[in-house]
Amino acid sequence: MQVAMTVNGRDVSGDVEPRTLLVHFIRENLRLTGTHVGCETSYCGACTVQVDGRPVKSCTMLAVQADGCVVKTIEGVADGDDLHPVQEGFWERHGLQCGFCTPGMIMSAVSLLEQNASPTEDEIRHGIEGNLCRCTGYHNIVRSIEYAASKLRGEEPAPPDWTLDFEGAS
Amino acid sequence: MTTSTTSAMGGIVRRREDPALIAGEGRYVDDIKMTGEASAVFVRSPFAHARINSIDTSAAEAIAGVHAVYTADDVRHLGLLLAQVAVGPLRPLLADGSVHHAGEAVAMVVAEDAYIAKDAADAVMVDYDPLPAVVDMKDAVKDEVKAHEGAESNVLLTWYSHDWWPGVFELEDHRPAIAEAKQRDDVVVVSQEIGNQRLIPVAIEPRAVLADWNHGYKTVDLWSSTQIPHALAGAVAKTFGLTSHDVHVVAPEVGGGFGAKLNVYPDEMLTVFASRELNRPVRWTETRREAGYSTIQGRGWIGTATITGTKDGEILGYELDAIADMGAYTQNFTVAIPVLGLYVAQGQYNIPLAWNVACVNTNTQTTDAYRGAGRPEAIYYVERIIDMYATEIGMDPADVRKKNFFKKEDFPATTAIGLTMDSGDYEMNLDTLLADVDYAGLRKMQADARAEGRYVGIGLSTYVEVCGFAPSVLAEFGFGWDGYGMPTSFSGSGLVRVNPDGSATVIIGTGPSGQGHQTTWAQVVSGRLGIDVDNIRVSHGDTAESPMGVGTFGSRSAAVDGAATYEAAEKVRVKAAELVAHMLEAAAEDIQFADGGAHVAGSPGHTVTWAEIAEIAYKPHKGPEGLEAGLEAHAVFSPGNATWPFGSHLAVVEVDPETGNVEILRYVAVDDCGNRINPMIVDGQIHGGIAQGIGQALFEEAIYDDQGNLLTGSLVDYPMPTAGDLPAFELGWTNTPTDVNPMGVKGIGEAGTIGSAQTIVNAVVDAVSPFGVKHIDMPLRPRRVWDAIQKARG
Repeated sequence: MQVAMTVNGRDVSGDVEPRTLLVHFIRENLRLTGTHVGCETSYCGACTVQVDGRPVKSCTMLAVQADGCVVKTIEGVADGDDLHPVQEGFWERHGLQCGFCTPGMIMSAVSLLEQNASPTEDEIRHGIEGNLCRCTGYHNIVRSIEYAASKLRGEEPAPPDWTLDFEGAS
Repeated sequence: MTTSTTSAMGGIVRRREDPALIAGEGRYVDDIKMTGEASAVFVRSPFAHARINSIDTSAAEAIAGVHAVYTADDVRHLGLLLAQVAVGPLRPLLADGSVHHAGEAVAMVVAEDAYIAKDAADAVMVDYDPLPAVVDMKDAVKDEVKAHEGAESNVLLTWYSHDWWPGVFELEDHRPAIAEAKQRDDVVVVSQEIGNQRLIPVAIEPRAVLADWNHGYKTVDLWSSTQIPHALAGAVAKTFGLTSHDVHVVAPEVGGGFGAKLNVYPDEMLTVFASRELNRPVRWTETRREAGYSTIQGRGWIGTATITGTKDGEILGYELDAIADMGAYTQNFTVAIPVLGLYVAQGQYNIPLAWNVACVNTNTQTTDAYRGAGRPEAIYYVERIIDMYATEIGMDPADVRKKNFFKKEDFPATTAIGLTMDSGDYEMNLDTLLADVDYAGLRKMQADARAEGRYVGIGLSTYVEVCGFAPSVLAEFGFGWDGYGMPTSFSGSGLVRVNPDGSATVIIGTGPSGQGHQTTWAQVVSGRLGIDVDNIRVSHGDTAESPMGVGTFGSRSAAVDGAATYEAAEKVRVKAAELVAHMLEAAAEDIQFADGGAHVAGSPGHTVTWAEIAEIAYKPHKGPEGLEAGLEAHAVFSPGNATWPFGSHLAVVEVDPETGNVEILRYVAVDDCGNRINPMIVDGQIHGGIAQGIGQALFEEAIYDDQGNLLTGSLVDYPMPTAGDLPAFELGWTNTPTDVNPMGVKGIGEAGTIGSAQTIVNAVVDAVSPFGVKHIDMPLRPRRVWDAIQKARG
């Protein structure tokens, strides 16, 4: 079947089987490999992309369902060489370790901040519950998103909370 | 000769790995594409134990796009899957005549793409005769049903603390003394059967492998999501009759390991085999549900812990009588995992020890190293039972612990199993935690909450871990890669090259999966040479370019490979000082390296850059006469001992008695890993480790039904923690450096996991102790907590 959609601002099309998943169309046909497959039950969120502005788990959406849609993947988040504040936050606040969940996590965080410019820590934690990370314990992911939220509001982010002092809790 | 940069040891440096990863440009195995590649899918057994009568592959082979279907008949000549500690039944590459756990691979289909291969796998007809399965390890020790037909016993061996390595350690058997102590009038004996449930590692990147056999060059290129690229190269070479230099393994970005990728797997051998047969690249990517069958699991112990001690808190003996579930087959370190637990069996306490763990086969997936590997189990047991002992004698759990600690002056301290712990100051570390949280104030808050009818609990745990396994002689015990045809001890290696343009290339033998080696190793080298970290590129995980390495596991990389890189950089520095001395007409011992160059002490204005130093290194006619051209060095570091990090963790929880729900109000950890290369990365390792321990304490469990079917194979059924389940972590730090390596660093990769599960359980039991609850087995899901409350209430 022929599908056509706009991905990261570019018009693309392809010939796919009806059963082809959107994530496979993105990864195999378009060779945009930043969108990852971590499970196949839409639980881990590594495959999160935006479809028509909403976060979607692309491992449980068919490519044909995205026909005519506007899709944004991790590769389309930065503005040229300028990182999106969420990407910057993940780098500045050590929001990633192995990096495999990161693209999906960033896509969910971008969507969260588009809906809520000033989320509380609790709102951030519940807002990214659909994305699993096994490395970070989420602590620095939350800090990364807080950093990005501040930046997007034009405010100075809170300083990092690294354990720097000898013999003292942060 | 001194060096200074702001980015060296102890500095916060943003990760060099991150720009690619946050842009979606990281390259994992599944992102690498080769011309003409085919995809493999496995046919897996629906039975946990069965004979295979026949396999009919004809319908599958007839499907368009299918290249081949392989069974045991095709691969038997390759032998069994290699294991490092080969005690017990080894795994066939494909089930050969019978299956021994649900999901065992019976046939492999290779097709044009994975969609077609899946269709074809469904068309393979296998005729089975089901056999009785033994699933529960307590049933397995009865030997009424054997996991393997014809086996003498399901019990493969039992490890005893007093003779774990006969001939090497002459140890006192503490059992008679403990038995005698139990007869005393002034002692209490506290005993509890305690489970430590089986877990599924769940690296978010499923395992993936891509093999390309080249008949012309007689070589194999193999990309695998592995923690141990060199050992894998050895295992492939041994299996296929090649030499290790014929096998080129690349571990590109690896999306989490946690021990799950510290193994050699059948799929790695089988994709190589298929590539050889089909003369094309062959790929296999694990699905999440499949991972419950195709990747090792962890933990899975049940045991009775007993403390014999006086009523004023002096412990006279600690015993553990346990069973550890090996699953169906022995793989890498399977039967040696309990020994890693034995290393830290007595925790931080200078107490008599009598420990035995029986290793048993069951018809379930193999177990092996999962973050901590034996050490979280061991610490869980001693820290749970010491809490029960404290409750029994009415003493504060912090005081009981302190009373039995190894003291600062005991170090280097000898453990009950004859090992030497390098350094420690346990009381200082625990006191730091107690002061940080205002422990007395917390207890008052708890009393106030109880008075209001709230069930708030405070849980404490201390731990010691052991990492950077050494010395070299441990290879003879099994902690090497002899079983994979790579006779090695666990030495570390590093190569430092200053390039002609003054930049530096560092190549190391590790296999990281998110630990940030490209950043921290650059800091180590920057600290020695004064080259800015942005001008140092670190690479790893490629056996064609890396020096011999053993991979990344057991919290070993910084303390062993990092130290090797430190020493390689030191060699470069000594040579560079000679070059600079020649350039500046000074003495080599007066040369200082800083800020991207070098100068003579006392004359900071007169500097040479690394590009200038490198030029004369590579143009010997410009340098001192007789000095070898070039500017690189390699070092191998084989430490004289392991390192022994330690720490203290505390949790405050509140339990809702109506629902059994547990809420973590605070989690505080004060870990001591000696000197830190990059505190930001150390924090991250601790955070992730704690999350995995909390996952075990509250949520995670690999559950099999009585027929041996894994009921929790998908993430829907296997609840690993989400961001909403966890609190922000409060971390402190104490610093007790080690002298077993030149940087004074210990490991930190597993510490958080080793310290955390019992901290949570101790807190929850403390919270519900007013009901009379003394122990609850993990995971402490609401139903289990609620049941415990109901049972205690009567």
